[in-house]
Amino acid sequence: MTILTPKTETEAADVVREARAARRPLAIQGGGTRAGLGRPVQADAVLSTRAMSGIVFHEPAELVIRAKAGTPMREIEASLAAHGQFLPFEPMDHRAVYATQGEPTIGAVAACNISGPRRIIGGAARDSLIGVRLVNGRGEAVQSGGRVMKNVTGLDLVKLSAGAHGALGLITEVTFKLLPQPQTQRTLVLRNLDDATAIAALTAALGSPFSVTGAAHLPPHHGNKAQTLIRLEGFAESVAYRGDRLMQTLSAQGKADWLAEDEAAQVWADIRDARPLAEPRDAALWRISVPPTRGSGVAAEIASRRKARWFFDWGGGLIWLATPEADGAGASLVQSIASAAQGHATLMRASATTRAAVSVFQPPSDVEMRLTQGVKASFDPDRIINPGRMHAGV
Amino acid sequence: MHAIPFPTPDAGILARRDDIIAGLGALLPAECLVTAEDERRAFETDALTAYRRLPLAVALPRTTDEVAAVLRYCHDHGVNVVARGAGTSLSGGAIPQEDAIVLGLSKMTKILEIDYANRTMRVQAGVTNLGISSAVAADGYFYAPDPSSQLACTIGGNIGMNSGGPHCLKYGVTTNNILGVKMVLIDGSVVELGGPALDSAGFDMLGLVIGSEGQLGIVTEATVRLLRMAEGARPVLFGFPSSEEAGACVASVIGAGIIPVAIEFMDKPAIEICEAFAKAGYPLDVEALLIIEVEGSEEEMEAELGRIVDIAKQHGVTTVRESKSATETALIWKGRKSAFGATGRIADYICMDGTVPTGQLPFVLKGTAEIVQSYGLRVANVFHAGDGNMHPLILYNCNDPVEQAKAEQAGSDILKLCVDAGGCLTGEHGVGIEKRDLMLHQFTQTDLDQQMRVRAVFDPGWRLNPAKVFPLEGRIAA
Repeated sequence: MTILTPKTETEAADVVREARAARRPLAIQGGGTRAGLGRPVQADAVLSTRAMSGIVFHEPAELVIRAKAGTPMREIEASLAAHGQFLPFEPMDHRAVYATQGEPTIGAVAACNISGPRRIIGGAARDSLIGVRLVNGRGEAVQSGGRVMKNVTGLDLVKLSAGAHGALGLITEVTFKLLPQPQTQRTLVLRNLDDATAIAALTAALGSPFSVTGAAHLPPHHGNKAQTLIRLEGFAESVAYRGDRLMQTLSAQGKADWLAEDEAAQVWADIRDARPLAEPRDAALWRISVPPTRGSGVAAEIASRRKARWFFDWGGGLIWLATPEADGAGASLVQSIASAAQGHATLMRASATTRAAVSVFQPPSDVEMRLTQGVKASFDPDRIINPGRMHAGV
Repeated sequence: MHAIPFPTPDAGILARRDDIIAGLGALLPAECLVTAEDERRAFETDALTAYRRLPLAVALPRTTDEVAAVLRYCHDHGVNVVARGAGTSLSGGAIPQEDAIVLGLSKMTKILEIDYANRTMRVQAGVTNLGISSAVAADGYFYAPDPSSQLACTIGGNIGMNSGGPHCLKYGVTTNNILGVKMVLIDGSVVELGGPALDSAGFDMLGLVIGSEGQLGIVTEATVRLLRMAEGARPVLFGFPSSEEAGACVASVIGAGIIPVAIEFMDKPAIEICEAFAKAGYPLDVEALLIIEVEGSEEEMEAELGRIVDIAKQHGVTTVRESKSATETALIWKGRKSAFGATGRIADYICMDGTVPTGQLPFVLKGTAEIVQSYGLRVANVFHAGDGNMHPLILYNCNDPVEQAKAEQAGSDILKLCVDAGGCLTGEHGVGIEKRDLMLHQFTQTDLDQQMRVRAVFDPGWRLNPAKVFPLEGRIAA
């Protein structure tokens, strides 16, 4: 397939205008590491951000970075680390679950609204994204937001483009706000808890005044005992103090210990990247978002109806669940259980055939669908960019 | 001489006023419909009091169903609708027009659900901002965004404007703290966006609606994120011999990896005005004051404060005063949060709301002083220094039309300066009518056209708060 690699926003706009004139749809690609995310796009050519790369500015004193969409995350992270800063939402690296090569890009982090364990305190990519430039399906360059942390000028198209998976246009440039790296990061672990008790412990921790920045539960797997993990960040003496207080708070659920620092860093990276469920590769993978206290019930209910393995992040509010791909990966079952629990489920990994056949994203209500189609048309009236990525016909 | 134009009222609508009132009267009980002129006067303006328009009528529905019925009627009969929470908008967001009804949410004040385990709360749109935090305070929780008007302003209005407040430096603004809304569209259909679970299932319509200034629909319920209070919180006053030193201190604190809960700045005129009103113990012998709030346990606060004091000393701080009691803490914040009201006691004022990159603060402060001086007026500065959200209060006499025109012109020049310095027109107050005609200074026509096409998806006929946000010329309908 043709891969188009515009070097500037102007060139990208030209590409889109030509594609529109010829009615030839384009599939957007960054580093290609998340190619399995969303519904398959029927396109004549790939529109790549590869040649639009580089940090435009990183102002450490203002806690802001702006970069072109194709900038590799490695480059962003190196610049931030050099100044002791980080992206507050701990973006997932999808290479483990998709077994992909290459470099994830900052543009995709914005477009797919990616986050990680820190979501519970730092928000998702959408919450730190303060500015975007994009080329819409009419071939026009559009700006929303800017470089300042507080900005309510006009409609917030920044939020709208975060998580639109490129279906509203090609994001060409993004601006994120940053946080200073905490001096210390430490993790408490409780072992051998069942799901319900673990989530009760995480709920108690998150309901404490001690600013928990990670709250996950890994049920027993591969002969390992269940681990319930609670992360604290900040200045060393403060982390030590809050850890002691949390150990007391959690004594009803079990005895909490400090996890060794290198072990803790590894386990949070694994949780962020859904590594515990990366294998076997032929299993479908769901990402289910529910109110935290519904987590263990939702997982158990799905498991009573079909084979499943899972773990919890976000204090129980995020369920990563692997299940055989047969029967459309159980899409209607999983999504109806998630919906009944006031949540939603996204099919993160399945074959292209399955992803084309079922609702990858939770099906919207009729009114939401009407708005979704209208918003898509307002950016991309001829469905040139990533048509069908999120919903059939959108 | 009022500079900001309103659209000419639709004579056909004005002529049908009796029919429209009868139509609405069939949908709402008499106590939910305000029609008498003297009672409608209460709704003719908001906190941008220099502008006022008497609405056709005021509907005060009690339920989502009643809101839907009113909107469906207005949609079918071509009547414009201006949503109103408590009417505290500083940008004219709730000012009606003669051919519009006001749809007020003041009767929708129920707290529907408090869920501590999931740290969420569901409320009707007319609940006040402070009402949310007060309902959960005894159990140790709070709702983070805290605009100065929090005693009066409603969560519905906060969602309309994506309101901020001093504590947003650490906890984010409204859009970061709302998980879901129930909203009625102009055709009367009801949609739920988001919910108690994190992240959106499709396009982030919730993020789009927050800050849309009542132009996409009427929010009737919200699910808000509750946070657990820290063990303790303490504001500390830092006095500096110059605004530049205070600004540099802010940059150094953040540069040292410390994000306090709030960093508020006041210049000398603002200090004097607030101290005269609140008697909060603000130092009067300094040129600039920072209120920095730290939180945590006693030891944590002491440690963080120690770090901040060391930094402040490097910037020539002359006064450091810690709050020693809950009463003193309340007074310190009362002084800051009553800045606008206290200023209103000595003069009329317009409050600007531009945000600039924090590195540009000294430059923009200086430019602001020069601009206001050039018009022969006075300015007091009180703002959120940590995030660069400035609030110059331009003092003038509203009974003097020449002075009012000068104040508005000075405000406009200041906002342009903010945009030119890399910032934006409004950080938390919204565009309303006040900044509507400056939008093309920040956006291209293409940017605005895209916003207007999105707007038209929700409200193709421009019935909802139509005179706001977008310049009156060149509007795009469905």
